[in-house]
Amino acid sequence: MLKLTGTTNITLNINGEKRPVTVRPSETLLGILRGKLGLTGAKPGCLNGDCGACTVMIDGKPMKSCLMLGVEAPGKKIQTVEGLNGTPIQRSFIEHFAFQCGYCTPGFIMNCQSLIDTNPNAPDEIIEEWLKSNICRCTGYEEIEKAIKSVLRDK
Amino acid sequence: MIPFDFEYYRPESISEAVQLFIELDQAGKNPVYFSGGTEIITLGRINVLYTNAVIDIKGIPECQVMDYHEGNLYLGSCCTLVDIEEKNLFPLLTATSKEVADHTARTKITLGGNICANLFYREAVLPFLLADSQVIIAGPNGYRTEYINQVFNQTLQLERGEFLVQLITEPDKIEAPSINIKRRRQWTTGYPLVTVAGLKLGEEIRVAISGLCPYPFRSQKMEYYINSQDFSQRDRIEKALGDVDGNVLNDTEGSDKYRLFILRNTMLDIVSTLEGERA
Ligand SMILES: Cc1cc2nc3c(=O)[nH]c(=O)nc-3n(C[C@H](O)[C@H](O)[C@H](O)COP(=O)(O)OP(=O)(O)OC[C@H]3O[C@@H](n4cnc5c(N)ncnc54)[C@H](O)[C@@H]3O)c2cc1C
Ligand code: FES
Ligand code: FES
Repeated sequence: MLKLTGTTNITLNINGEKRPVTVRPSETLLGILRGKLGLTGAKPGCLNGDCGACTVMIDGKPMKSCLMLGVEAPGKKIQTVEGLNGTPIQRSFIEHFAFQCGYCTPGFIMNCQSLIDTNPNAPDEIIEEWLKSNICRCTGYEEIEKAIKSVLRDK
Repeated sequence: MIPFDFEYYRPESISEAVQLFIELDQAGKNPVYFSGGTEIITLGRINVLYTNAVIDIKGIPECQVMDYHEGNLYLGSCCTLVDIEEKNLFPLLTATSKEVADHTARTKITLGGNICANLFYREAVLPFLLADSQVIIAGPNGYRTEYINQVFNQTLQLERGEFLVQLITEPDKIEAPSINIKRRRQWTTGYPLVTVAGLKLGEEIRVAISGLCPYPFRSQKMEYYINSQDFSQRDRIEKALGDVDGNVLNDTEGSDKYRLFILRNTMLDIVSTLEGERA
């Protein structure tokens, strides 16, 4: 049985690297990524599971990092936007002008990347269902939809 | 950020979890079972929920089960809603689950967490109320298996230290024609104004409702009127609505009158679909 009764050292597997970090059990993964590991790509928005700005990938699935404790994460593969480098979805966001202020963009990109990896033939309903997990205050939804569809349909 | 500290435990068996709860409780740590953890984290952040110790039950194999055994479907309380949708072993549950929160949140929200939630919608319970499913509950006095309609009264009635392990559903209920309709104030994600799930067993229509009152429910009296064939469909629904208790929500999401108006139309859609008129 795992027992963590105070501040403790854990190792997180982030973007293929082992990252040791000292955490309190009540710290969220989002807080640890940003405040302790300098990975500020995942953004704090609502901190309530609603906006999706904090989305990362856990074992290939999209996850709102504000809804996960850091201590739940050891043993899992965490991927943040910093781990993507010139991927088709990143290029497609640029080509389709799929952002304005850019605050929601890392969260959208991680959600899209997970969909591309797990369901490359996703029909329109599934794309829509997944994209509804993220909110863009600059309302660039059409461009975002075009960006992901162009990557999925190119495959 | 959660503004307080707590201890984190991840037991690997039911007995370990229960023993831990007893010890932490005796030590005054006000322990809570932690499944998806999304509600504990979000309510903890705003100081609505406080605990000194969480017991993460996701490491218990029985809580992760998703399979048939002797003909019945067993679903573990820690299965995430997305896992349940992807396996799609219970079509009405899939339909209800797909309307809860959003896809990414459902990769973390669990079946047991939704049914035992403090937030009162608890939409995932509706299919089980309709299917007369059974629940396996573990606690300091051992295990008990109960019909959900006997132990779910607004909330799942658990003794201190008990937790939901599994839900068992019979195949005829899983295969029966069913429908789930969720109406929101706006948009296509978010909490319901009204969610109605319906199941047709033989000629009998069953309905369960979330969002109308500050708890989900299935009403035998409403079903009695819906199924009394002496009247027109509209009259039957009108009589059923007359039996809604006085606890209809009246808040910024929607007034009580508006909710009842939405319910009337939703019930018409549910009953006509299940009776085949619009199938
Ligand atoms: C963004 C978002 C949107 C949402 N939208 C909806 C919606 O549309 N409809 C809806 O119905 N709900 C909705 N919810 C509410 C959500 O379903 C509940 O908060 C649910 O509790 C979360 O499940 P969890 O597994 O994360 O629970 P946890 O946080 O793990 O637990 C919640 C509560 O249940 C208890 N508990 C958990 N598992 C068990 C068990 N096996 N036995 C006994 N007690 C247990 C815990 O002790 C705690 O008190 C939403 C939540 C979020 C974050
Ligand atoms: S910050 Fe996590 S969903 Fe908004
Ligand atoms: S681009 Fe500004 S919030 Fe989406």
